[in-house]
Amino acid sequence: MATTMHERGETFSTPERSNFARAMRRLLRHRSGQIGGVVVLTLVFFALAGESVLPYETLAIDPINRLQPPSLEHFFGTDELGRDLFSRILYGSRYTLMIGLVSTAIAATGGITLGLLAGGGGKLADMLIMRVVDVLLAFPYILLLLAIIAILGPSLWTSMFAVGVAGIPGYARLIRGEVLALKEAEFVEAMRALGAGHLRILFGTILPNVTSQMVIYASFTIPLAVLAAAALSFLGLGAQPPAPEWGAMLVDARTFLRTAWWVVAAPGMAIFISILGMNLFGNALRDVLDPKEMSK
Amino acid sequence: MASYILRRILMVFPIIFGILVLTFLIKALIPTDAVTALFSGTITEEKAAEAIALIRAKYHLDLPWHRQFGIYVWDVLHLDLGDSIRTRRPVTEEIGFRYVNTLILTFAALVVAIFVGLVTGLLSAYFKDTWIDVTSMSVGMMGISMPAFFFGFVLIFIFSVQLRWLPVIGRGDFQSLILPALTLGFIEAAALSRITRSSMLDVLSREYVRTARAKGLSERYILFRHALPNALLSILTIIGLQIGNLLGGAFIVEVIFGWHGIGELAVKAIQWRDFTITQAVILVSACTYVFVNLIVDLLYTWVDPRINYE
Repeated sequence: MATTMHERGETFSTPERSNFARAMRRLLRHRSGQIGGVVVLTLVFFALAGESVLPYETLAIDPINRLQPPSLEHFFGTDELGRDLFSRILYGSRYTLMIGLVSTAIAATGGITLGLLAGGGGKLADMLIMRVVDVLLAFPYILLLLAIIAILGPSLWTSMFAVGVAGIPGYARLIRGEVLALKEAEFVEAMRALGAGHLRILFGTILPNVTSQMVIYASFTIPLAVLAAAALSFLGLGAQPPAPEWGAMLVDARTFLRTAWWVVAAPGMAIFISILGMNLFGNALRDVLDPKEMSK
Repeated sequence: MASYILRRILMVFPIIFGILVLTFLIKALIPTDAVTALFSGTITEEKAAEAIALIRAKYHLDLPWHRQFGIYVWDVLHLDLGDSIRTRRPVTEEIGFRYVNTLILTFAALVVAIFVGLVTGLLSAYFKDTWIDVTSMSVGMMGISMPAFFFGFVLIFIFSVQLRWLPVIGRGDFQSLILPALTLGFIEAAALSRITRSSMLDVLSREYVRTARAKGLSERYILFRHALPNALLSILTIIGLQIGNLLGGAFIVEVIFGWHGIGELAVKAIQWRDFTITQAVILVSACTYVFVNLIVDLLYTWVDPRINYE
């Protein structure tokens, strides 16, 4: 009996894998996928490379060359302490990537747990969880962030945690909906008929089939999370200066608009281009993962 | 219909309760309570302990949680939001005029967002796959990716620093409203434009539109009399949801432009650890959002009487 089940599991996952390969091929040919992909890969490269590839140290102060406009020596110019903006921006990609990944991991883990509990754990659990989720979803996003940060105090970690927690209700609702829909699907019925237990069905059968929906959802939420965390740093409620976090680099932007526009333009454009890249890549991902598109 | 309206109104209560719990938690969960923070290092420890005990009693911090929550709800129901820990003035006074300012900014931005979003979305749908569509959708994509706190500075740089048309920092008059409203409005317009486009395209592919075309009605008539009213239904829902974004976005835009709204205050209050103000700002804006959405939902029943809300 056990082996039949195992074989069955294999036959379910085989077409999935070839679909995945097909989706990847389509992604490589997708124009906005290409542009977005390059931006995201650049971000990942500089985030992983660290200080070693940078022309200057990110915290090295040079009072003589402060507020220099962009030049061949300093591609993006220097800030009020003479720090090289080009190096700081490249190093800042590390924060962006970390914020995106950590907060999404928190949101997804929390959301999957609650969503599976609500969708597969009986009426009472469903009602309790969804009431809380509904209240949280009825709350404007930034207010939720501010509430959490007001409790924990402003720092880079609390801002990531807040962005993550604020993302939980969205994931929970998505997963619950998918679980409820898949619960009645024939292949789940089949697993039940084969004697698979409740937990095994939830984690082994239903969860893997929610993956592509989750990737699509994450492609929306990751750029939003990065944007929110950068906004928090800008407000002084996230990463604190002198960390070369892009949002934090804009804290005193207004004072420099008249005299040194590049101090504002460099981090601002960095955030804009990264988010644009992530959005373009996400668009392409949704195009190739959409089941309706896949059948074409 | 009447039962739907009643149920929709009743639905507000659990949400308000949730908001009360959440805002209460802000005070209850703060690890280093603000009172201790206020006195640390300023007076001798013995005196400080005394003062802390006094103030803790004043803010009911020495009572068990459920009693604290009861007192909190009771006070809120009597519109007593407490005193600011920092300035000692009643929070309602601190918030009052700022709340109005935030509403003005949000409303102005909403007008910008709806106008720009609807017009570009309609044009995109109508001229689907032409350069108009491609341009407007590309700009929209950029708008979605643009952080408000950078876009605001770009506008300040162009209109205040270079052209010197508008003030850099808020003075509270109409001139200083223009840039914040445009910043916030344009960014929200991007999302609205995409939704307008897709719901228009959806409606334009329906059979009744084909029938209207077959009858020989003019394209403009079909667009404005047949398609738009039906597309507006889904657009209206999104606008309701966007008011939340606008309120939240206003918090950021207020800081950029020095616009004296509740968002600017909330950010400062969090840094000061002034929990009564933080609590009140979040309570007031969340309730505003809930009521606006209630109104939008009720409007929906009026705009679309077909739907059976069972």
